[in-house]
Amino acid sequence: MEQLRTIGRELAMGSQGGWGQSKEFLDLVKSIGEARSKAEEDRIIARELEHLKRRLADPDVPRRKMKELLLRLVYAEMLGHDASFGHIHAVKMTHDESLPLKRTGYLAVALFLDERHDLVILVVNTIQKDLRSDNYLVVCAALTAACRLIGEEAIPAVLPQVVELLAHPKEAVRKKAVMALHRFYQRSSSSVSHLVSNFRKRLCDNDPGVMGATLCPLYDLILEEPNSYKDLVVSFVNILKQVVERRLPTSYDYHQIPAPFIQIKLLKILAVLGSGDKQASGHMYTVLGDIFRKGDTASNIGNAILYECICCISSIFPNPKMLEAAAETTSKFLKSDSHNLKYMGIDALGRLIKINPDIAEEHQLAVIDCLEDPDDTLKRKTFELLYKMTKSTNVEVIVDRMIEYMINITDHHYKTEIASRCVELAEQFAPSNQWFIQTMNKVFEHAGDLVNIRVAHNLMRLIAEGFGEEDEGADSQLRSSAVDSYLRIVGEPKLPSSFLQIICWVLGEYGTADGKYSASYIIGKLCDVAEAHLTDDTVKAYAISAIFKIFAFEIALGRKIDLLPECQTLVDELSASHSTDLQQRAYELQALLGLDKNAVESVMPADASCEDIEVDRNLSFLNSYVQQALENGASPYIPESERSGVISVGSYRSQEQQETSSHTLRFEAYEMPKPSLPLATSQTSMSTPTTDLVPVTEPGYYKEDHQTSKSQPPGDAVSGEFGVKLRLDGVQKKWGRPTYSSSTPSSLASSQQTTNGASHSDGGGSSSQPRESSYGSKRQQGTEVSAEKQRLAASLFGSAAAKADRKAQASRKTAKDSPSTEKVATTNVTAQPVKEQVIPAAPPPDLLDLGDEPVSSNPPSADPFSQLEGLLGPASAAPVLSGTPATSTSKAPDLMSIFSGDVPTGVASGSTDPTLGDVNSTSSHKGATAVASKKGPSLQDALQKDATARQVGVTPTGNNPNLFKDLLG
Amino acid sequence: MIQAVMVISTQAKPRLLKFYNFQAPEKHQDLVRSVFQLLSASPDSVSNFVKVDTIFGPGTKMVYKHLATLYFVFVFDSSENELAMLDLVQVFVEILDRCFKNVCELDIVFNFNKLHTILDEMILGGQVIETSSEQVVKYVEEIERLEKQSSTTSFIPKSITERFTR
Repeated sequence: MEQLRTIGRELAMGSQGGWGQSKEFLDLVKSIGEARSKAEEDRIIARELEHLKRRLADPDVPRRKMKELLLRLVYAEMLGHDASFGHIHAVKMTHDESLPLKRTGYLAVALFLDERHDLVILVVNTIQKDLRSDNYLVVCAALTAACRLIGEEAIPAVLPQVVELLAHPKEAVRKKAVMALHRFYQRSSSSVSHLVSNFRKRLCDNDPGVMGATLCPLYDLILEEPNSYKDLVVSFVNILKQVVERRLPTSYDYHQIPAPFIQIKLLKILAVLGSGDKQASGHMYTVLGDIFRKGDTASNIGNAILYECICCISSIFPNPKMLEAAAETTSKFLKSDSHNLKYMGIDALGRLIKINPDIAEEHQLAVIDCLEDPDDTLKRKTFELLYKMTKSTNVEVIVDRMIEYMINITDHHYKTEIASRCVELAEQFAPSNQWFIQTMNKVFEHAGDLVNIRVAHNLMRLIAEGFGEEDEGADSQLRSSAVDSYLRIVGEPKLPSSFLQIICWVLGEYGTADGKYSASYIIGKLCDVAEAHLTDDTVKAYAISAIFKIFAFEIALGRKIDLLPECQTLVDELSASHSTDLQQRAYELQALLGLDKNAVESVMPADASCEDIEVDRNLSFLNSYVQQALENGASPYIPESERSGVISVGSYRSQEQQETSSHTLRFEAYEMPKPSLPLATSQTSMSTPTTDLVPVTEPGYYKEDHQTSKSQPPGDAVSGEFGVKLRLDGVQKKWGRPTYSSSTPSSLASSQQTTNGASHSDGGGSSSQPRESSYGSKRQQGTEVSAEKQRLAASLFGSAAAKADRKAQASRKTAKDSPSTEKVATTNVTAQPVKEQVIPAAPPPDLLDLGDEPVSSNPPSADPFSQLEGLLGPASAAPVLSGTPATSTSKAPDLMSIFSGDVPTGVASGSTDPTLGDVNSTSSHKGATAVASKKGPSLQDALQKDATARQVGVTPTGNNPNLFKDLLG
Repeated sequence: MIQAVMVISTQAKPRLLKFYNFQAPEKHQDLVRSVFQLLSASPDSVSNFVKVDTIFGPGTKMVYKHLATLYFVFVFDSSENELAMLDLVQVFVEILDRCFKNVCELDIVFNFNKLHTILDEMILGGQVIETSSEQVVKYVEEIERLEKQSSTTSFIPKSITERFTR
């Protein structure tokens, strides 16, 4: 047996297997096919490349051989091996006289190089010459290469020839010249913009192939500026009409449909031209109607045309008759068994609902089916559709489904996308605050790391601000429900960081607000969080700040609190943390514990996270203090502008001067630019009273600040500005001393200034930046948020929140009197002459419009699916209700006229053709006449070929003699 | 616009790669690998369209057809109709079948240059220029005929011809 196989193989090789290639190539393919590992394959190809390198450089190789060598090189490169040494040989081969070599050269060059490659300059010359060749094949090869290799700079070199070729007698050349010109236009529209009229001319080409090819550039041009091509609408419509009426040569028929690809391109163009143009659209309706009437839903390509027709109709000025036909076809797609057609149906539905949202209702079940389909592509497409048709009434179902799907996928890219869509929809349409928070919790729980951190900030802000301006009770209820849910969730492992941040923040802010949970309980939970996430500094910072707040609230309420042992451990640990941010927070907490009730209240007023922080830049609250100091003999502050001797120096310099005059504290660099100047002054003079008040110096500033200005918001909100700076004071003293002592006040060496400044900014940076980014900025939306963020918040959330609230109210309202509103809707749809009182008894529930009734009765946390299922029953009756009466009345004649020909109406249409999407069988079916006759006798041929293949050992599939049998039956 | 045409065997070997947006040769294998992963992961009964924005950039889709031991893959952007692309794959395969008389994988392996010729007649610069399989076959046959005519001198070593032409 083994022997037999070897003999067979040798025979096969001897005869070269009939593939016209040499034994060497055959051997190469064979040995690659037999390679057992990637390493072995790499070795084989490396050897081959070595061989090729030698041979290609050898001048005594016959030219016929050269072609094959180059092809082998292309083959090796295709398998992923570097063959760059051969590029120059490919370029050389394009110079060759003989056609096969030249063509091979061009092929290799087009595959190896791109327009930016160094060798291209050598090819441009050849292309230029070949474009003038008498042999049209040479011209074609040159045009093909030109499409690939001519970059912006080289366009002028070949442009005149290409334009000339537009009038070449051979249609193959004209076609390629059109495409080359198009490609130049894509590369650099300015260099060929004066030639675009040529495309219009070629549209009238005698050859349908050239005309069809011209549609490609025209489509691009029309997309750019539709208005300058409106005059062509009639021509396009005429062409389409001729195509549909089979005036083209039959060679353009494909599966018995006349030139389908040209039809599709034309429909695309018409869709652009007719968009929002009533007059232009008017020309199209007839031919579109024709296409629908002749539409062949049995073949794949027929459906492709119908789909394109739907796209066109949904894009041009709407026409009710057309829309109806489009909806009808869409429903056929959706009812089909083929996933491809369902996919197209969903897409088409997405386009149609933009014009008439009611169309979707009829297809609720089909859409739900697609959603439940195991086919991922279809599912995603359906989610896209749902995303487009989300309303406040159905948002719950849709978002719940999205989240459910999101949880189960692993593809990060798509997970991110769907998570952000969930967030978007929830923000836009949330029917209730509670639902919103629950939804967001789910999103954060499962994809917290993938959503934008701003979403987390928005959620915190929402919880803090609440939805309604007047309804304080609802807000606090919302908060306590948030606290409840977070306390439940917080123990779970592997929560994403951003979600933990939210949890910590909410627990800190509102954990004890409703008195349901004791402070120590919440603190215990927060300590657990900090402990469980040792590596995540941001979470720890949030946790410790939350603890800080709870302590503050407790003290403010006059309750006695004691530091839990685990909390003490945490504080101790953080005080020694490497992160200065954490350290600071820990120290702040310790300082807070020593403060009395009044001080704490102003440091950390309860529920004040939303209040705007007004920064008193003039520090007017210090006026009395300054006055007092002046009276005691202090020298007055002289503004920089009025000082002599200091002209145009940095603010730090002036500050320093000011320090030397005050002699109390010395700051050197550190200083921020101008605005901070008055602040620094105040601090300098304030230091004494502060130390008196509190044991720990720095945090005491909070107190100071707040006592003087009651309007100031919570303590750590202030820290962004004040805290950071004050912190630096301490650091400054330690590190700044040497610099200071060595420097003379007025003429400080600039180098020292810089080094000093650098070291300070280091110290400052590490403590201030994390704080600002991770905490400060989040909380102090009023002051520190960037303009961009505010805009986002306004657009996403501010307005959305208001809208959501309004919507929520609206939906509640609709829920209350839903019978009456729905009744009106149904009467419209059904056009039944029924008395209005009859319908309220049984309003047809909308499946996709689920929201209305169930929402008001069910708690938002209830499983949406039970709602859905509950509705499935009655809903299945809905289409009948809305469908049959409609057809039986006024609309019926239209429908019939459109589909009079080949569409079996009514029930039959549901089961049009079981083989609808099965392309293979269809094609074999249709193409049988063309191909089958040839297929029959050549079976032997096929068997022989397969035998050879097996002997050579390249193809592993033995069970299918004719490999494309399944294609052609 | 069509971005790429790929023919990949069920063994993950590329049989034909043609990119209409230049892709550096180094990247080709990665693309083949990621496309193949998608292909082999998708069961037979699902739709032939897959979104590939993670591989080929935003908005790109691919259609594929699994025939015997080969996957035929067309990658394209939003300006193309998915179903039509699926049929273009069909047209391509039909042309192959007519050119090779019962095409099989080996035909494609050994004659990938012919495949390129065929594709160049169908798609140029990412745009479909010819969809009639009859026309394409006609052109391809003519090219072959003319190539044969002009290749009579090709057995002379190039050093000799170069001497002549100089």
